[in-house]
Amino acid sequence: MELSEHIKTANVEAVTLRRPFHPALRGTLCVTSHHLLFSDRKDEASRQLLILIKNIDAIEKSVENLFGYPRAVGSSGTITIKCKDLLVLQLEIPGMEECLNIASSIEVLNIVITSHRQKERLLWDRWRVSKVNSDYSVCPSYPSAVIVPREVDDDKLIRSARFRQGGRFPVLSYCHHRNGMVIMRSSQPLTGANKKRCKEDELLLQAVIDGSELGYIIDLRSAQQAQQARMTGGGFESKSCYSHWKRIHRHHERGKVVQESLIKLVEVCSDPSHTVDRWLSKLENSKWLSHVHSALSTAGLVVECVERDGHSVLVHGSEGTDNTLLVSSLAQLILDPASRTVTGFLCLLEREWIQAGHPFQQRCAHSVYSHARLKQECPSFLLLLDCVWQVWRQFPLALEFSEALLLRLAQEVYASNYGTFLCNSEQERCAAGVKENTHCLFQSLLKPDIEEQYLNPLYEPTDLAIWPSVHPQSLQLWTGMFLRWTKHAQNMEEAREEVWRIVKEHRERAGPDRTNNTLSTHCDTLTPFENLMDELTIL
Amino acid sequence: MEHIRMPKVEHVRLVDRSSSRRTQVGTLYLTATHTIFVGKGSEDRNDLWVLHSLVCNVVKHKASQSGYPLLIICKNFQVIRFIIPQESDCHDVYISLSRLSRPEKYEELYCFSFNPNVDKAEREHSWDFLDLKAEYSRMGLPNKLWHVNPINREYRVCDTYPADLFVPKSVTLPVIVGSSKFRSRGRFPTLSYYCKENHATICRSSQPLSGFSARCLEDEQMLQAIMKSNPGSRFMYVVDTRPKLNAMANRAAGKGYENEDNYCNIKFQFIGIENIHVMRNSQQKLIEVSALHSPSMGEFLTGLENSDWLRHIKSIMEAGLFISKAVAEEGVSVLVHCSDGWDRTAQVCSVASVLLDPYYRTLKGLMVLIEKDWVSFGHMFSHRCGHLIGEAKEVSPVIDQFLECVWQLMEQFPCAFEYNEKFLISIHIHIYSCHYGNFICNSQKERKDLCIKEKAHSVWLHLWEKKLDFMNPLFKPDQSQNQGLLRPSTAPYCFKYWRRLYNRFDRELHPRQSELDCLMTVKEETQKLEEELALYEGVKLNFSKSGVLDSKQALWSLPLDTSLANTPQDYIGGAPNVFTLQQGERESAELCLFGDQTKSSDADNSDQESGVADFSSHSSGEESLPSEDSVKDPDSDETGPNRA
Repeated sequence: MELSEHIKTANVEAVTLRRPFHPALRGTLCVTSHHLLFSDRKDEASRQLLILIKNIDAIEKSVENLFGYPRAVGSSGTITIKCKDLLVLQLEIPGMEECLNIASSIEVLNIVITSHRQKERLLWDRWRVSKVNSDYSVCPSYPSAVIVPREVDDDKLIRSARFRQGGRFPVLSYCHHRNGMVIMRSSQPLTGANKKRCKEDELLLQAVIDGSELGYIIDLRSAQQAQQARMTGGGFESKSCYSHWKRIHRHHERGKVVQESLIKLVEVCSDPSHTVDRWLSKLENSKWLSHVHSALSTAGLVVECVERDGHSVLVHGSEGTDNTLLVSSLAQLILDPASRTVTGFLCLLEREWIQAGHPFQQRCAHSVYSHARLKQECPSFLLLLDCVWQVWRQFPLALEFSEALLLRLAQEVYASNYGTFLCNSEQERCAAGVKENTHCLFQSLLKPDIEEQYLNPLYEPTDLAIWPSVHPQSLQLWTGMFLRWTKHAQNMEEAREEVWRIVKEHRERAGPDRTNNTLSTHCDTLTPFENLMDELTIL
Repeated sequence: MEHIRMPKVEHVRLVDRSSSRRTQVGTLYLTATHTIFVGKGSEDRNDLWVLHSLVCNVVKHKASQSGYPLLIICKNFQVIRFIIPQESDCHDVYISLSRLSRPEKYEELYCFSFNPNVDKAEREHSWDFLDLKAEYSRMGLPNKLWHVNPINREYRVCDTYPADLFVPKSVTLPVIVGSSKFRSRGRFPTLSYYCKENHATICRSSQPLSGFSARCLEDEQMLQAIMKSNPGSRFMYVVDTRPKLNAMANRAAGKGYENEDNYCNIKFQFIGIENIHVMRNSQQKLIEVSALHSPSMGEFLTGLENSDWLRHIKSIMEAGLFISKAVAEEGVSVLVHCSDGWDRTAQVCSVASVLLDPYYRTLKGLMVLIEKDWVSFGHMFSHRCGHLIGEAKEVSPVIDQFLECVWQLMEQFPCAFEYNEKFLISIHIHIYSCHYGNFICNSQKERKDLCIKEKAHSVWLHLWEKKLDFMNPLFKPDQSQNQGLLRPSTAPYCFKYWRRLYNRFDRELHPRQSELDCLMTVKEETQKLEEELALYEGVKLNFSKSGVLDSKQALWSLPLDTSLANTPQDYIGGAPNVFTLQQGERESAELCLFGDQTKSSDADNSDQESGVADFSSHSSGEESLPSEDSVKDPDSDETGPNRA
């Protein structure tokens, strides 16, 4: 639950404030997640007041006219606020109901904020930010700061990194607030043919589950592929060395195969003259929907481990830069309400794709029409967007963003005026001075007046996990993307406009309160984008 | 009653295929009209009612450890799995149900015992709700070129046609009689749809008895008269909806198709829609695909392809599109026929009408269209839907295909239809359930002989009264695109699998939140606010606040969605418990989660485990379709258990 949801009444007009050294003031009182704000709407600083809710030590309310008529003119209440810095002030609030609401909101917030903090502290007892990779020498594709178990020191990380392909040692990707379980990600361990071990890597994983009985390793290769990987120096975590971890293999196609799927899919979509049989057979043959199916299923499995069974999970494939990110970010979308807002989703992409070192430049060098020979191309990111779209189809109210945002991202990832998707890793971006020389796409998308088309008019946040159905009957071709340039799309556009019209009409009628409810909650959560790293640390 | 060998069986288990946790234990009752399952446990009051007339098949499976499985396969694609502890009980239920679900006489059908609390006047009123005469006059008929010919008043010329038929004024009685003798089953060319704007018509008939060389002057005059009744055009289309090969084969049996040389100014056209047997087999395959348990994407798509179902839907759609374009764009009249002119002809004429006329995209319009093109023109509902025990070869999902074509159009034009897919599904159920009298028998004459209107009720008024459930919030009647002819794309990717129909009872397959329901709530809310505004106009009253509260609640009062949001799916691809811990551990883990969850999300009144249970109790209210229409009808309570 967002803090702001505890606020019963956010705004009261014509409140009288009495405090030491100042004349009584009449103005507006606002309650926000962390502050109490009073202003008489004039510019002078002396006529405004900002108090941290945390600073409030006690609150007393006295309501006049208790036996009278609640809405009668003149009924009012007084709240006395006693702060931890010994300041005492009084607020006279017109309207008994408002008065009680304000008082109880402050009381509740005060408790909740404290418990939030405690939870965070609990987390930080177990996890820390490591700068071991600050010069990108331990793992060239990781960001300079990563989150690891507190009890594992940097030396151990370095050794674990040597034991993992590309140095991608297990790092924290998500921590589930409800039960403290985590999703970790890494690349495959380099056990090789003669079953090498790495004590530090084992310790690192042991520290992750920290006393609990079991963790799951979701290996995104079939058992056979994982076996074969040993021949080329890769491998998997064997039961004997990682006794508290249970391995589950789920086969995922990668690289060239997925790229070819996309090529076949687009090819069949661009020929309307096929018979239905041919269409279905070619659609099947492209295997694109099968990839969507496996990505969502495995993400569902991860969520099941974390949310239902209460176990931590480590996800990896081979390099840990494609399917690994796909699965871990989808799992977060399903689990975490915060990642379903516009900001949250873009943060997720920033963390799980851009900072986590998905090699965008290699993967998205060409799209489907190019005759260039395939090298490293693979539409992993597009696959993610497709899966997100499928989730949205099944939970049309649960995401704050719209299909248009997904389409925009699908476009930007291949060709962009912005620097966000440039290069293959943070190291490369640093070296190329991307941050200094280009603009950030996400920031421009998050302008305070975010474009309406990127918002879902029906958004109603829910705290629950949104488990998508992965039955083939429930998955559909993403027509908005793949049949984008057909007549079909126009009718859908019309429907979208109609949805907006209905919602807007309702907001107009329902008055500004209602409008605030959906749109301003969005604005509240809109934090400047520079805070991404904070986001990372707050988790 | 005499067919019920076993009125009550205890300790029966109702198995939910998707999740063994949802298996219920309870008591099974057989009544004269329903199979009823009452689950044990007080909080879960989700009784299951299945009309005998909806049962398509009863199957006994090999005994398992836990008992004797009995499958009830319904015509609305529901499959109910019971496990009965005793073999003899299972056998008795099987024998009873097999008989009860295969009535031999019309009188045994449910509509004759269905007795809602309404008086005679109300029943008659329900039949008067739709008036075909009014529909023809809406089209602009009769006019100076077309009139009702009384020739078939006593069903003497054609016993499968309605009594009132529109033919060109210029046609004389001998021409009609002559033409009818030259057509299969006397189904001579007659009007189905008239386009006011350009006088073009869609006419329908059966195939001519032309054999290899026969001709009939009256029939040729008939076509000539139809063509002439469209003053603007110089020719007309004759569309044979069969594949050419089938039509040629019919010639050997003395039937066949029109020879362009004998009829002046006709353009003859084959449209290869397959016959009822092909369609039946195709749907059978489709149902098998829909019932696959956790298929892979590949299996599903291949199965869909091999069923050929969507190919058939496309061919019907294309035929409808061809005709509607001929009428609207060329202003040319069309005569449509197949063999007997009551299956493919009905499909194609009605699809064309939906494309042509926005009226048929409204609730009442679609009812009228079905009443006109299907019921009155003698689509053999009882045969095609297997209402009575009889020739299995006569059963075919012809009307299913029409409803599906409409659904495919709704998918392409989300703002063009007043109704939503629930409406189509409700109609589908009622066609099969024999709950109301509308779709009993095979022709108007049979219905009249059976006095259906005196003994049974009409479904249309019932549906109309529930119309709020059937509204499409996105409907924009004024949009220019939605006026006049709809031009659907017939590209293969526009034909989708109709999950809501074929997997309706597999709840876990469907979106957990409904965009349309939410929009409908919002719309209603807006309207309410507007009314309030009008009411309090001028009075300074802060009414909007209450509105806000309401709306917030209304949005959250979609319990179906929020509670289900938390039902995990089967991501393992197999039996639910294959994966993870040993049973004991798992249970304890779940239990403790359960506790936590209840605490943490009390506010939302839905948590992960109880979400499942929630859903089942909500489902009767929320998803009104399965419970109210098919399995359980609140009206029918008195005819139900009491009779047992």
